[in-house]
Amino acid sequence: MKVDNSLPLEYSTEENSLKILGFWIFLGAEIMLFATLFAVYFTLENRIGNGPSGAEIFEITPVLFETFLLLTSSFVIGLGIHAMRLGNKKATMVFFSITLLLGAGFLGFEIYEFVHYIHIGATLQTSAFTAALLTTLGTHGLHVILGLFWGLFILIQIKKRGLTPETANKSFIFSLYWHFLDIVWIFIFSFIYLKGMM
Amino acid sequence: MEFFKQFAVPHPSFLIYGAMVSIGLAMLAIVVGITYFKKWGYLWREWITTVDHKRIGIMYLLTALLMLFRGGVDAIMMRYQLSMPENTFLDSQHYNEVFTTHGIVMILFMAMPFITFFFNYLIPLQIGARDVAFPRLNALSFWLFFMGMGLFNLSFIIGGSPDAGWTSYFPLANNEFSPTVGTNYYMIAIQIAGIGTLISGINFITTILKMRAPGMSLMKMPMFTWSAFIANVIVVFAFPVLTVLLAMGTMDRLFGTNFFTTDNGGMDMLWANLFWVWGHPEVYILILPAFGLYSEIISTFARRNLYGYKSMVASMVVISVFSFIVWTHHFFTMGQGALTNSIFSITTMAIAIPTGVKIFNWLFTLWKGKIVFTTPMLYSVLFIPLFTLGGVTGVMLAMSAADYQYHNTMFLVAHFHNVIIPGVVYAMIAGLTFYWPKMFGFMLNERIGKWTAWIMSIGFLLSFMPMYITGLDGQARRMSTYSEAAGFSMLNMVSFVGAGIMAISFVLLVYNIYYSIRYASRDIGSDPWDARSLEWATHTPVPEYNFAVIPEVASTQAFWDTKKNGHELFKGKIEKIHMPNNSGWPFIMACFFFVFGFAMVFSIWPVVIVTLIGILVCMAYRSFEKDHGRYISVKEIEETEAKLRGAKK
Ligand code: HEM
Ligand SMILES: [Cu+2]
Repeated sequence: MKVDNSLPLEYSTEENSLKILGFWIFLGAEIMLFATLFAVYFTLENRIGNGPSGAEIFEITPVLFETFLLLTSSFVIGLGIHAMRLGNKKATMVFFSITLLLGAGFLGFEIYEFVHYIHIGATLQTSAFTAALLTTLGTHGLHVILGLFWGLFILIQIKKRGLTPETANKSFIFSLYWHFLDIVWIFIFSFIYLKGMM
Repeated sequence: MEFFKQFAVPHPSFLIYGAMVSIGLAMLAIVVGITYFKKWGYLWREWITTVDHKRIGIMYLLTALLMLFRGGVDAIMMRYQLSMPENTFLDSQHYNEVFTTHGIVMILFMAMPFITFFFNYLIPLQIGARDVAFPRLNALSFWLFFMGMGLFNLSFIIGGSPDAGWTSYFPLANNEFSPTVGTNYYMIAIQIAGIGTLISGINFITTILKMRAPGMSLMKMPMFTWSAFIANVIVVFAFPVLTVLLAMGTMDRLFGTNFFTTDNGGMDMLWANLFWVWGHPEVYILILPAFGLYSEIISTFARRNLYGYKSMVASMVVISVFSFIVWTHHFFTMGQGALTNSIFSITTMAIAIPTGVKIFNWLFTLWKGKIVFTTPMLYSVLFIPLFTLGGVTGVMLAMSAADYQYHNTMFLVAHFHNVIIPGVVYAMIAGLTFYWPKMFGFMLNERIGKWTAWIMSIGFLLSFMPMYITGLDGQARRMSTYSEAAGFSMLNMVSFVGAGIMAISFVLLVYNIYYSIRYASRDIGSDPWDARSLEWATHTPVPEYNFAVIPEVASTQAFWDTKKNGHELFKGKIEKIHMPNNSGWPFIMACFFFVFGFAMVFSIWPVVIVTLIGILVCMAYRSFEKDHGRYISVKEIEETEAKLRGAKK
């Protein structure tokens, strides 16, 4: 394998730079996926049938916690990539672990939120609005769950194999994914929660 | 008992039992055959686990041909049913299932794999690369697509086929009006195949952007590669919409959500809109690569550079953007008001402009060319007028006020077949004939090939021109029969005869393959058509590494310049080549998807959970796997090269 040392480790082989470009294109597809979900949500937002409206069910506290946790995790993984570029294996691992813990915290609050919705009678079947809401949030949540497993696997690989072009590449791509989820969340926060509560 | 009832076909007939028995026998024959000739190992090593883009391409091709025949039988059954008034060959439910599966099979499981075959086989060769960017993902794409196809076809014998049209509009597609599991198959099988398509879209874009031979700037790429690039960009933007749409449809049917229902806030028109937000770009995904193939063929056999290279590229870019802003033309009559209709009318008609540019470019390429009338060229020359006709009726349909007359009549059916058959199907057959010698080392018979093209065209005209007339006279589409008094009988009979003639042409195509396998010369060299681009610069059969030395390119037709103008293509010397290893996990993972899909269709939740875990385990396994591929040594390459050169003489 040809290694080009003038580039950061995650770009250093041809295969690596292919993977990063490929992942950017994948994120393009993901943007379309969430854009479609948002389009559906905005279309169905006011079609609440006999069910509750957004203003009636949204609660600011858990949402603020979720936002805080996810935004912080996105910052921390940035630190992790920085540490990786400096070649500091231990710091990379620490930052990655914190990221995953924050992600798990986010997920905890989200699960609480879902249970709460179901409790007060806003289930998947209640109305077009609740279906669109829970599907959009759920898709984001599923991405986070998948990300947690993926991140954990990468963490184990860094521990076992060190910072090689391969693990560096995986970590970098994972960080792109994680930032992306964060950005999607900012849209969810602004256009679903804030807009809904106003 | 309840549980088992859902597996039965809802309204069995002699035809369905016959099909079950013949499918069963065919499967048995295949399994026995493979076992008898001890080919399981070969199949596993050389095909199922392969990551070679050429072999994956050929598997796409085989699937496409198989589905062409499945969809063709559906077509003949429909035409026979309609050939006489009050015919009782198919009852209305059965007719619904047949036109639904015909549409899906032809578009998603015939045309899509056919173009993906060309993407796979040609892109790396045309850009002078050794494989696609992600060979293993490529295998995964194929197997996901294949399993989706398999699942969809299973519906016919287990549980019943979808019957709400290939567009599957709600509320018709909900549990109340489509009570069998057929529409579940639709939602889930297409989802699985669609994910495969999305992954291969990402793969091909990366390949084209990053793996071109030195010297090949974007504006020096062969036209087919350009068309493939743009089509795959459309794939990446359009298919996620389908993913979301099908997921919501699945939830409505299986979990009782209210996305597309008519109460609790649900909105049935949301389905129609999103379906066509994907669906219209989808038809351009099909036609653009067809345009690319015609460009290659026309410039090869006019013995000229393609006229207007830049405008060809620009027109495709414009088409790809416009394809996303015309979707409403599929339901002008469904109540969006005059302003919306007018806007979409205009955007739709505007697409005719870049398409017209392309038509003129092909004509100017032919102009003053030294035209050689080979079979691929014959198809291309037939394509130009026939496709133009379809385009003109398309513009007629685009006029929203007039569309109230044509919508959902046979006029529409005639229109889209008029663009799809001379546009896509001809391109597929022309391309297949053109690239056949590259793949298999012998040519298809030219005489039979030309007969096929003419017979197909006569059949096509007889079959679809009458539909324009009956459509204007008010014959509705998707109706299983009509009365004598309607006066459609004569023209529908003509149409049936035409369909029969088309069927003969497809049989002839198969016969041609058989005939050529037996009698065609194997001594044809690697460039039998005197062609122009890189795929012809390597040996036939193509070695697994494609090019021993990566070519260097200076124009859009590097190989032609090598032959005629002394351009030196292979400057470097042979070095060891890095190749990916074969892998079984794409296939295994796709098998999990298949079982997962089946269990979803019938709501067998334990199996759904187990297979989901299986899929995740496959992904985890892949994450931890260490596989750095292997090297082909210089000595090995030199031996292969010497052997291939010897074979070529
Ligand atoms: C032998 C050639 C063919 C014949 C005779 C034929 C005939 C028909 C007929 C009779 C219908 C149904 C009309 C109705 O709605 O009642 C139909 C629908 C359709 N066909 Fe074909 N067809 C042929 C080839 C193809 C090919 C090659 C494709 C695609 C690549 C295709 C795509 C479709 C689609 C998408 C529909 C619409 C299905 C729907 O509305 O649900 N057909 N065809
Ligand atoms: Cu359209």
